[in-house]
Amino acid sequence: MKYTLIIQSAPIDHQSSYTALRFARALLKAGHSIERLFFYGAGVHNATSHSVAPQDELNLPEQWQQFVTQHSLDAVVCIAAAVRRGVINSAESSRYSKTGDNLADGYDLSGLGQLVASAVESDRVVTFGAGS
Amino acid sequence: MKQFLVITSSAPYGSAQAREATDLALAAALFDQKVSLLFQGDGVFQLLPDQNPAVIEQKNLSAMQQALPLYDVEDLFYCADSLKERGITQDKLALPAKALSRSEIALLIRQQDHIFHV
Repeated sequence: MKYTLIIQSAPIDHQSSYTALRFARALLKAGHSIERLFFYGAGVHNATSHSVAPQDELNLPEQWQQFVTQHSLDAVVCIAAAVRRGVINSAESSRYSKTGDNLADGYDLSGLGQLVASAVESDRVVTFGAGS
Repeated sequence: MKQFLVITSSAPYGSAQAREATDLALAAALFDQKVSLLFQGDGVFQLLPDQNPAVIEQKNLSAMQQALPLYDVEDLFYCADSLKERGITQDKLALPAKALSRSEIALLIRQQDHIFHV
């Protein structure tokens, strides 16, 4: 089956995005496909290239990025949610005259329409919540 | 066209989630999908009239939600139990949402192609 996954929680603060990554890995292992990963709300922080973890701890953004690039997945980060939270690529960085960018390679910044379009194409949409 | 249900269960200003749920419902309608929105749990606080978030330097979510029917997000529902548990009375809601019992919510969920719980 085709899946869309929505990741809404930041790494570190909640287990939710780690659960999402494990679920995504299990999907591919079971022969399903991932139409798109959509990072929404605080979930945009998973797409940072600037996360540093102590050596004996899991670096979740790094794990996500490896997973996305290794399987050439379509991974979209909600642009409105991301720029508000300071997760930007070089294009947004120059648009808003900032000094750096921190969106990891393999991710696209785009709008909610990408989530809607992906859901239309998918058999299942699974939300990994913000843990409110 | 698919049938989407967006479930919002957060109060309007304690987090970004209520606004993000509203944004998603509007986006889905804009992309020509059939969208319903369900307020449940603390999400029913979004239905309180006369919100004044300017004092905490926030935009008025309720004002933005008035656009929902204009964008064809016409099926607005709320969990009647959630409202009652929070002591909110039905005659003063900010949106023309319809009350549903828990069993009606279960039925609504079964009618959907996809559920988004923001």
